Order: sequence, then structure tokens, then C-alpha cells
Amino acid sequence: MRNNIKILINGIVKENPTFVLLLGMCPTLATSSSALNGMSMGLATLFVLTCSNLAISSLKNLIPDMVRIPAYIVVIATFVTIVEMVMNAYLPALADSLGIFIPLIVVNCIVLGRAEAFASKNKVVSSVFDGLGIGIGFTLALTILGALREFLGTGKIFSMTVYPENYGSLIFVLAPGAFIVLGYLIAIFNKLQKKTN
Amino acid sequence: MAKLESTFKNMFLSLFTICLVVAVLLAQVNKITAKPIAEAKAKKLENAIREVVPPFDNNPVAEAYKIPDGAGDSLTVYPAKKGDELVGFAITSYSNNAFGGNIQIIVGFDTNNRIVNYSVLSHAETPGLGAKVVQWFKDPSKPNRCIIGRDLSKEKLSVSKDGGNVDAITASTITSRAFLEAVNKAYAAYTHTIVGDAASGATTAGEDAVSGATTENDEDIASDTMINENNKTTEEENHAE
Repeated sequence: MRNNIKILINGIVKENPTFVLLLGMCPTLATSSSALNGMSMGLATLFVLTCSNLAISSLKNLIPDMVRIPAYIVVIATFVTIVEMVMNAYLPALADSLGIFIPLIVVNCIVLGRAEAFASKNKVVSSVFDGLGIGIGFTLALTILGALREFLGTGKIFSMTVYPENYGSLIFVLAPGAFIVLGYLIAIFNKLQKKTN
Repeated sequence: MAKLESTFKNMFLSLFTICLVVAVLLAQVNKITAKPIAEAKAKKLENAIREVVPPFDNNPVAEAYKIPDGAGDSLTVYPAKKGDELVGFAITSYSNNAFGGNIQIIVGFDTNNRIVNYSVLSHAETPGLGAKVVQWFKDPSKPNRCIIGRDLSKEKLSVSKDGGNVDAITASTITSRAFLEAVNKAYAAYTHTIVGDAASGATTAGEDAVSGATTENDEDIASDTMINENNKTTEEENHAE
């Protein structure tokens, strides 16, 4: 169990997908225009990651090496399709605002990366914890990034006004702002990590 | 259990089984979610219609019909009725000339050529600039840009930069132009509808209008669209949003 907790923390801090591994940059930059969007995207990825890690880890001995990548992608695509259908059915507004980026989780390299690097080599329980850890790390990163961009761009956090929108600087909601905020966040994260080591 | 060897038989069986299980699983999820998805879509459309036309008590979606827009596509008209009396039309319209390509709107008219309200169904405009189209033309405290209540039989909508009567969204003239193009297109469908009802009682109108007044309108629309298109091609070269 202690080992599993370590794996969980490892995903959030040491191997944080956004701040350390720099994986899955496309959805990170595109869907973090607001805190809510970022968090929803993170949670959708968290679900897919945990389920696909679980499935792939349990099936790892039944999948011959030479066809492992297609097999993983089919498994991942299944969970993504489930998320997409459920979201369209019960959260249509959210599905609208995330749009194409939900189906694109299929090609998010974090998910395939964890399947290949971790789930296919480790036990089922550890793999689930790895999925949870990386997923939480991704969700936290996207929420922080989204909240900062929303705050700087529109003066709101989770759609609650902090200061009048007129003082916001639009660039932070647009693509360049995503790069700028992400760059600073990575720098701060690295600094903090170096200090704790 | 040892890992399966990568023989042809193993690979085939492994992938085949995975795909089979996945297909069954997805079919089940689809079965469960298909109905809520359809309902969510229908509700979204109904809410949009409710937002843009006067209060009604019929089912506009069930009575909807299509009208050709003269450019190889068609617009859907949702008639709103209170009792037996027609109170207005909600018309879905589009333009492919917006800054982010396609923009879909729904515009509501009452029976006297007036715009009741509009709603943007989908767009890909820049956040903070063109995306303001969702609210911009609705503000009643800014008569120069508010299109609600305008009588389209008396005036044609175009942005003030083109010598028109509507203030464009700041720094988003292309979006504004495309939006107004879509509104005008919807109005063209609206006039067709009125003519269709008056002339034959049929629900769909042909391309050729019969009554004098409306024919004039139609020609206006046709020539206006052409002018708009000409403007667009000349300005595209030196225009930046």
C-alpha cells in the first residue's frame, strides 16, 4: 500500500505530466482557457487514464508484443468514446465547450505513454494508482493553468467575478497567453521541486 | 501466466477478441445514451426557438420545413403559433464568411418583418473579439448596434463601415458582416414563407415570388448579397481583423 501511495504522489509531483513530462500539450493549451474547462478536461482524462491502465494491465499477458499498440489504442478509444457519449447525454453544455478535445484524448500521449511505460509492465493495482496519480496531476495542472488564464484574462475564477472584466488582458485567454502562463508555471514548479530535493 | 507469443494466430485472436468485446460494450453504452443525447439536442433547439420568437404553444420542431436559400443549401423555418394564430417564425441561418469560417444562428421574426431576437447556435470566432457576437447585437441600450425590433422590410442590415445601419463589433468587422449576412439570408427565407402562405396556402414557397411587393424585396436581397460579396473580395486583401 505504501508503495502505491508513492506511485500516486509520483504522478502528481515528480512525474507531473504537464509540468515535468510536458506530455499532452495540445489539450493543455487548448482547453485551459477557463478553470472549469481545464478541470473538466483533466477529469475526463483522469477517468480514461485510470480505466485504460486497469484494462491494459489486466490484459497485458493476453496481448502479443507485436500488436500491443493497436490493442492499447482500441482500449483507450473505447473509454474515450464512453466518456464522450455520456458527456453528450448528461452534460451537453460542457461537451459543447470542450468540443473536439474530448475525442482527441485518444491520441493524448499521456494515456498511451502510461499504458506503454507503466501499465504493460506493472501489476493491476499499481497501474490503477499510477493512472489516478498522473490523472490527478494533469487535472491539477490544467485547473491551475485555467484559473490563472481566466483570472488574468477576464477577471473571473470559475466564472465568479473577482475584478471587472475590462481590466483583464485578453491575450491570456488566447493561445499566446497559454504559452506564457504555462512557461512561468513550469519555471515555478521546477524551482519549488529543486528546493524540496 | 506467460505472455502470449507474437504468432499470427495469437495476434489475430487477441485483436479480434478485444475488438469484439469493445464493440459489444460500446453498443450497450450507445443504447443507454442515445435517447438522452437526442433529448438534449431537441431541448437545445427548442430553447433556442423559445428564446427568439414570441410565446407560442405549438410544436415548431414538428411543423418545421425547409426553404432553399438560392446557394444550393436550405434554411429551416420553425413556425410559432399561439392557438391557431401564427405569431412568428424562428429561422436557422448560416454564413461561411465569418472569421472562423462557418457561423450558425437562429433568428426570430414576428409576423410584421420585425426581428424578435436571435441566438448564435455555433461559431468558431476569436474569444474576446468575434465571439462577442453572441451578445453584441442584442443590447437595447445601444440602438446603433441592436438589431432587435428592426423592421427588415424598411431597411437592409449591413455594418456601418459598409455604409450600413449597424455598428460592427469592435475589431471584428468580418464577424459582424457574416452575422448580418446570415440574418439577411434568414429574412429572405422569411419573405418566401409569407409569399408561400399568401399565394397558395402551401408551406413551401418556390424561388419565384408572385406578389409585387415581395418580388421587389427579393430582388433587393439578391442584389445586396451580390454587393456584399463584391465588398468582401475587394476588402479581403487589405483587411485584418
